[in-house]
Amino acid sequence: MNLMEYQGKELFRRAGIPVPRSQHVTTPDEAAKFVGANPGNWVVKAQVLMGGRGKAGKIQFAKTADEARAKATDIMSSPMPPNRQNPHGEPINSLLIEETLPVAKEAYAAIAIDRTTKKPVIMVSAFGGMDIEEVADKHPESIAKAFVDVAGGYWPFIGRELAFNANLDKGYHKALPSVLAGLYELFFRYGAKLVEINPLVLTEDGRVIAADAKVELDDDALYKNPEFKEWQTTLPLDEDETLATKAGLGIRNFRRFDGTVGTMANGAGLAMGTMDAVKNAGGMFANFLDVGGGADAERVRNCYELVMNNTNAKSFFINIFGGITRCDEVAKGIVEALRTTTSRKVPLVIRLTGTNEEQGRRILADAGMTPVETMDEGAAQAVKLANA
Amino acid sequence: MSIFLDKNSKVIVQGITGGEGSYHTGRMLDYGTNIVGGVTPGKGGQKSAHGLPVFNTVKEAVDATGATHTCIFVPPPFAADALFEAHAAGITFAVCITEGVPVHDVLKVVAATPGMRIIGPNCPGLISPGKSSIGIMPGHVFKEGNVGVISRSGTLTYEVVDLLTRAGFGQSTAVGIGGDPIIGTTFVDCLREFKNDPQTEALVICGEIGGSDEEDAAAFIKQHMRSVPIVAFIGGRNAPPGKSLGHAGAIISGKFGTPQSKVDAFKAAGVPVADRPSQIPGLLAQRMPASV
Repeated sequence: MNLMEYQGKELFRRAGIPVPRSQHVTTPDEAAKFVGANPGNWVVKAQVLMGGRGKAGKIQFAKTADEARAKATDIMSSPMPPNRQNPHGEPINSLLIEETLPVAKEAYAAIAIDRTTKKPVIMVSAFGGMDIEEVADKHPESIAKAFVDVAGGYWPFIGRELAFNANLDKGYHKALPSVLAGLYELFFRYGAKLVEINPLVLTEDGRVIAADAKVELDDDALYKNPEFKEWQTTLPLDEDETLATKAGLGIRNFRRFDGTVGTMANGAGLAMGTMDAVKNAGGMFANFLDVGGGADAERVRNCYELVMNNTNAKSFFINIFGGITRCDEVAKGIVEALRTTTSRKVPLVIRLTGTNEEQGRRILADAGMTPVETMDEGAAQAVKLANA
Repeated sequence: MSIFLDKNSKVIVQGITGGEGSYHTGRMLDYGTNIVGGVTPGKGGQKSAHGLPVFNTVKEAVDATGATHTCIFVPPPFAADALFEAHAAGITFAVCITEGVPVHDVLKVVAATPGMRIIGPNCPGLISPGKSSIGIMPGHVFKEGNVGVISRSGTLTYEVVDLLTRAGFGQSTAVGIGGDPIIGTTFVDCLREFKNDPQTEALVICGEIGGSDEEDAAAFIKQHMRSVPIVAFIGGRNAPPGKSLGHAGAIISGKFGTPQSKVDAFKAAGVPVADRPSQIPGLLAQRMPASV
């Protein structure tokens, strides 16, 4: 679960990381009221999960109540436009009104999980305010890293070393160790997968302040912090995640694509393999769908409808290798789906092997269906049917 | 021989009286796994549905049975606790099937359980065909032989193993290392073991998009295992960046974890990469004979 900027900054505040003075509002009137009561230089920022707010004109400046109302109205008048990573765009439901900082320097600081060392990695760079992937590409040597021993935890020397190794401006040296201490505490306290400050601003009067906040929490750890449930409801699950949840699947188990071959498989690896097989056969898949382990007839039926109602599938390849999942249950689900569904129907290609394969095949045979023998064969047939 | 697990390995099941734990204990016993008991706090002194002794703590189970291996079927909030308990009781090999364990829990476990090999979490377990199985893999597709198999996925492994078995390539040990970002045992950890296993003469590696485990494996092979016939496969080649499909660990972020970088790394190590699972037996056959 990704947090919005104002939520991330709330966590920063709790962890003692300096953030700009700000107010979170949901209407232009509230924006006007706040700025009217607090004269000064303010920046009005759209609260969305997507990047690219500045370029989209969703960050604007205001000094007076009237300006704040006008700018807020303008920002909220249209959603964030689509980009490569988020082809649907994103609605703007709230704004953060924040003091404008007199920026002298911008740096970058983050903590992520390093898979190879199995440790948290703290990253610091003097190139702040730009996309870190671009930095990694153009100035890889500028990113200083420290892998933290989980048992010993974070100590200030790590921050001091990073400040020197990243060649940060001297103005950062005193503050960085404590900013990182807060970031590390937050990282573990709330079970984050990523915490990022970009930019970490050094102001002209020598303050070090987190001007933006990116926090990704571990969905699997949300039960430890029930308070985030409330935030979760304000965060947009994307459409695919919403559809998956409604069908009783995990949020990662369903995703739509542009193709015409619907797919369903058991297990993420096989489901990705099924998409690959469709592509190898010269077709394009309409979706990824992992029906999960031990799927029963009911779940299979829901998944059938999920694909039929939400994709442009012209054929449907169901690829099951039974381990915990039993082929007879899957076969029952398919027969049941076809018997009761009110959704449209497309040609089905079924591959069914593994646990209780014989019973499964018998159930399909009784309903007049014959499964194919291999994944490649099934993919080829499904592609042919989609193109017919 | 085989790696990690053989006929004599004494196994306990943590969560043996739960639905999943009980069902898969039965399947493991059917396969021949030497399960000596199980643990469910509060049910010590009872017998499991399979007639095995149930203990309150892992320590009691280890003291009474001499178990060295454990298979963990507990819900995600209790998985790290179960692993730490196993370690404290002297267990040296733990398989954690549980999916959805908080990643910080896993970070803490791997940092503080020296001497205990952990497979998973979020994995199907491992099997040394003809000898023993820990986890949830369907035993009937496996056949004893000399090909080691390492995979990040469950069902895709069954697919690959089924193809190998049909082509006459039996397996020494097949390990499903799990689909999470942080796992106890990586490809490289498995390679080190297979390298020293006299039964294993060839290897199949089923990788996946995300992370750099495959690149690390390729680097290890290049340096230490050039003479061993190895074939690789990368799943999820058509997945989009920025979205994980099913496995939390299967995510491409920026340039990291792309299929191309994995394919390139394997090729640079002299390891052919199959475009589809069905090509794996053929690529293997070019480098060693099948033992039909």
